[in-house]
This record gives sequence, C-alpha cells and structure tokens, in this order.
Amino acid sequence: MSAPVLLEARAVAKHFGGVKALRDVSLTIRQGEVYGLIGPNGAGKTTFFNCMTGLYVPDGGGFVFAGAPLVADAPHRAAERGIARTFQNIRLFGNMTALENVMVGRHVRTRAGVFGAILRNGATRAEEAAIRRRAEELLHYVGIEDCADDLAKNLSYGDQRRLEIARALAAEPKLLCLDEPAAGMNGAETAELRVLIEGIRADGVTILLIEHDVKLVMGLCDRVAVLDYGALVIEDVPAVVQHDPRVIEAYIGVAA
Amino acid sequence: MNKWLTPRSTLGLVLVAAALIVLPFVVGMGGQAWVRILNFAILYAFLALGLNIVVGFAGLLDLGYVAFYAVGAYTWALLASPHFGLHLPFWAILPIGAVFACIAGALLGAPTLKLRGDYLAIVTLGFGEIVRIFMNNLNAPVNITNGAQGITLIDPVVVGQFKFSATSTIFGLTVTGPQKYYYLLVLLALGVILVNYRLQHSRIGRAWQAIREDEIAAKAIGINTRNVKLLAFAMGASFGGIAGGIFAAMQGFVSPESFSLIESIMILAMVVLGGMGHIPGVILGAVLLAILPEALRYAVVPVQKALFGEVLADPESLRMLVFGLALVLVMRFRPAGLWPSPERRRELAEKTQ
Ligand SMILES: Nc1ncnc2c1ncn2[C@@H]1O[C@H](COP(=O)(O)OP(=O)(O)O)[C@@H](O)[C@H]1O
Ligand SMILES: [Mg+2]
Repeated sequence: MSAPVLLEARAVAKHFGGVKALRDVSLTIRQGEVYGLIGPNGAGKTTFFNCMTGLYVPDGGGFVFAGAPLVADAPHRAAERGIARTFQNIRLFGNMTALENVMVGRHVRTRAGVFGAILRNGATRAEEAAIRRRAEELLHYVGIEDCADDLAKNLSYGDQRRLEIARALAAEPKLLCLDEPAAGMNGAETAELRVLIEGIRADGVTILLIEHDVKLVMGLCDRVAVLDYGALVIEDVPAVVQHDPRVIEAYIGVAA
Repeated sequence: MNKWLTPRSTLGLVLVAAALIVLPFVVGMGGQAWVRILNFAILYAFLALGLNIVVGFAGLLDLGYVAFYAVGAYTWALLASPHFGLHLPFWAILPIGAVFACIAGALLGAPTLKLRGDYLAIVTLGFGEIVRIFMNNLNAPVNITNGAQGITLIDPVVVGQFKFSATSTIFGLTVTGPQKYYYLLVLLALGVILVNYRLQHSRIGRAWQAIREDEIAAKAIGINTRNVKLLAFAMGASFGGIAGGIFAAMQGFVSPESFSLIESIMILAMVVLGGMGHIPGVILGAVLLAILPEALRYAVVPVQKALFGEVLADPESLRMLVFGLALVLVMRFRPAGLWPSPERRRELAEKTQ
C-alpha cells in the first residue's frame, strides 16, 4: 500500500483576480496508482492540472515530482520530466493526421535537429523510422489504427479522445493526467475507455484522472481526492470518500 | 526513395531539367535584360522559400525579412569591394553572410518571439526599418556602410579564374554573365527547395506545424516553443543572408534603398499569394510577382499608345495598381493562395462553409 511517492503537491494556491481557484491544495500521488480528482464544476480541478503542467504559475506552493521540484512556468520541462496530459476540451493538432499527432508527441523523447533534418543522415533516418513505428503502435494500442491518415479534426469525438491519449503516451510519461476523458461519451465508449485506462495502468503508468462520471471514478481509482471551491475536502480510498458527509454535501448526487 | 522514380516521374524530371538548362538561352534571345529579370525571379523564389520557413512552416508573421537580406548583401559588399580593400572569396563570404543574418535573426527573435501574431508583425516591421536606417547612417563617425551612396564596385562571384560577371565561351558556346548567374541561382534554389522539403518532413517541421495549430498543446507535449520558433527565425534569416550576398555580387552595387519595407511586403506577398507553406506554390508566387511587373513595364507603353495614342499612366504607378488588384482578386477567389497544399485548401474550404 505504500508505493513510493511520485507527485506531491504542497499547498498549491492559485487565484484569478478575486476568484480563489486553488486554496493551498496538498496531495500525494503514489507510483502505479490511479488517482481520481473530483469535484463540482469550477472546483479548480483543471486549474490544478494547469499549475502542475506549467501552463499556469501557482501563486503559492509547488510540486515535487519524482524526487525533484517542478519548475513553474515551463510546460516543456514538465513533459520532459515525465508528465503528460490531455485537455478537458480536446486540443489536437487538427490539420495534422492522427499519425502525425502521435509522431509529434514523440518530440520530447527524440533529438534530431535542423542539421539532422537537412542532411538526413543515418541516425536521423533511423530515429524518424522509430518515431513512425512507435506512433503506429500507439494508434493500434488505443484502437484507432484505421484512422492513421485521417486529419485529427475529422475523427469522431471518441476517437479524438483516444488520439489525445495516444499522443500523451508517446512522450513516455511516468504520470498521465486525463482531464475528463469520458466527458461526452456514451456508455459503451466509457466502458471501452475504462479498459484502456486499466491497460495503461497495467503498463506501469501512474494516472491522475479528473472525471465527472462518478461510477467510473469509484470503480477505477485506488484513491480519490475531492476539491470544492478550490480547497481539498478529503483524500482517501473510494469507499471512504463515497460516504463522507462533506463530499455528499459538496457534490450532491455522489452518494446516489 | 525508389517509389518516386517511376518511369513517368523520371521523364518529367528530365524534361524539367532540360527546360531549366536551355531557359536562359531561350530568354536570352530577347536580350540579356530578360535573363536578368529571370535571375531576379529565381532570387526572389529563393528569398520567398527562406521566408516560407518562418511564415509558412512556423506561422510567424515576419514583416522585416528584408533586414536579413540586407545583412547578407552588406556582408558581401564590405568583404569583397574596394570600400575596405577586402576581397574575400565567395565560399568564405556566403557562409559569413548567412551566419551574420542568422545572428541578426536570433537577436531579433529571442526577445520578441513571446509576442503573438500582430504584435510580432509590428516588431519585425520595425526591425526591418531599423536595419535599413542603420545602413543609411553608418557612415559617420566611422564610415562603415558609406551611407545612402551605397557601396560600389563589389566583386562578382569568382570561382578560380571563372568570373560570373563576364561573357565567356564554353565549348564553343557564348555564355553571358547573367546566364552564368542563372545557373548558380538555379543550383542555390534547388538547395533551398531541398532544405524546405526536408525540414517540413522532420521532427522540427512537425513541431513547427504543431505550434501553428495549437501552441498550448504543443507546449504541453514538451515542445520548447520559444527555441523551436527561434530556430525557424534563424533558419529563414540565414537564407535571407545568402540571397543578399548573391544580390550584392550580381548587382555590383548595394545601397539602403534596395531594402525598404516594400521589399519585405513583396516577399511576404509571394509566399501568401502562392500558397503559404506549400513549396511549389511559393515558387509560383515568387516567379509571378517578380516577372509580371517587368512584363507590364514592357507592355504598358505600347498598349496605351495603341489604344489612346498617348501614354496616360506610367508603368511604375500602374505596377502598384495591378499588384494591389491581383492581391485582392487572389484573396477573394483563392484565399489559400494560387497553388495551396491540398490540406490547406480543404482547411479553408471548411472554414468558409
Ligand atoms: N484562465 C482563467 N482566468 C480566470 N479564471 C479562471 C481561469 N481558469 C479558471 N478560472 C476560474 O477558476 C475556477 C476553477 O476553474 P476550473 O479549474 O476550470 O474548474 P474545474 O475544472 O474544476 O471545473 C473557476 O471559477 C474558473 O472560472
Ligand atoms: Mg475542468
């Protein structure tokens, strides 16, 4: 039960003008677990993601990831360190093909620069071939290999969600952060998504999951944290969280 | 690699190569002035493809591209003319010019690439003007650029004993200076086409496209957007520098006048009109915009004489009129450019529906 700590948030605070989106949120994610982050709309879940991945600079506190602090305001460095994410409102590169989307996801794990590109030497060609191979594998892994050459924006909604996950996985993350991956999915698609997430976990990737679908969260997560008005309400195993009166109050419908 | 070399594409390649080889002689029959115009068309294609890396691939609106062209031209002028008494060989100056232009690109890019769209355009526009004004005024207290008079008697490209500026006879064939430069320019243009193509289909090229599509997502997947943009800027600038060097050698004369804002706008118009990000389109745009005004110059006077019996509008003022009209027409009827990439055409078609 006590795997090593992968990510530690220490009193992270963020406000937008008068809105306190995060109030000293501290939580701990252990290696190998699926960690759920839930809370009503506007609770600050996405803001937490954005602070962690460097898109926002926290106004207080910070993160320790895999033993070293994360540099605020450096999204590419967070990705380098091993944090990959998807977005609540899907952000794919719409006019690139599905395959290219995943290939560009390999950016942070590959090296070729302009001179390599221009000279196209052996090492560059080998790297390029490896990028393509890995991208094809990942499309297959998330189950959309048939759409490899379609423009990302032309994929169905569910496939776009999958593609975004494949692109995130291309960076070989230690921690995969999914922001409401089941939003807008029907029952069958959600069930498939669950299988996919379980597979990713089985491959050894730690997962941080923001989700509204309570059944999905409670069934899938090892531990769950609840945010309300930017403050952490509780952090515990699903069985406890589910029956906590504060949660039921904050999140009407959870207990149902 | 071999999938490209089908019999049909091989035949096409041979025909294009043959056409490129005989072209300066065919055009030369109309006078060497036309060969010079042709040379400028190729030089502009080279410049446009350099700018295409910045605007087309990375999506950074650069309105001061001519600054790098100027840096390259002045580098050549100062290192190969009586002005300082230096006469370095071309293989030394061209790379030096490229490096200087590259440094200028990085100097401009580093502090400004956090800016987006319009703001970046304004800053680059200002930078272009600053460089021109510098060239205009760096004649006192120490005379570096010779101010508005410019620098004259610049060395042509010389390889061994082979002078590109003079007419010579090769295998019984009389080849003029402009014709020689033509072949040099074609070689350079082929080089920049190859570079464009390879960059586009590389890790860096994909990163540029990703930034263009969604900068936040690009950051989140680990692209150091500032550095990658800077790379595009520096690459584009280097090509501007090389083009500038050839320009100085070909003309034998440079002055700040050649590097005004309108030049930057022309080069940008070539990229946009032809089809941003699409290599064949950019070449088409450059060749058209470089040749049409010249063709107009030759046609306008006789046509007006025939129609009205006198010359009502001089070719120079008509040039801008026609140019503007062409831009409006293209933007109205072919918003993705004359020859856009298939994807871009689809993209715009969907947007307007
Ligand atoms: N960029 C921003 N500018 C201003 N306010 C923001 C911004 N991002 C989030 N907020 C505010 O912060 C609060 C938390 O939002 P968010 O993190 O998106 O909530 P959740 O993802 O839990 O639904 C909301 O009140 C939201 O309006
Ligand atoms: Mg959210």
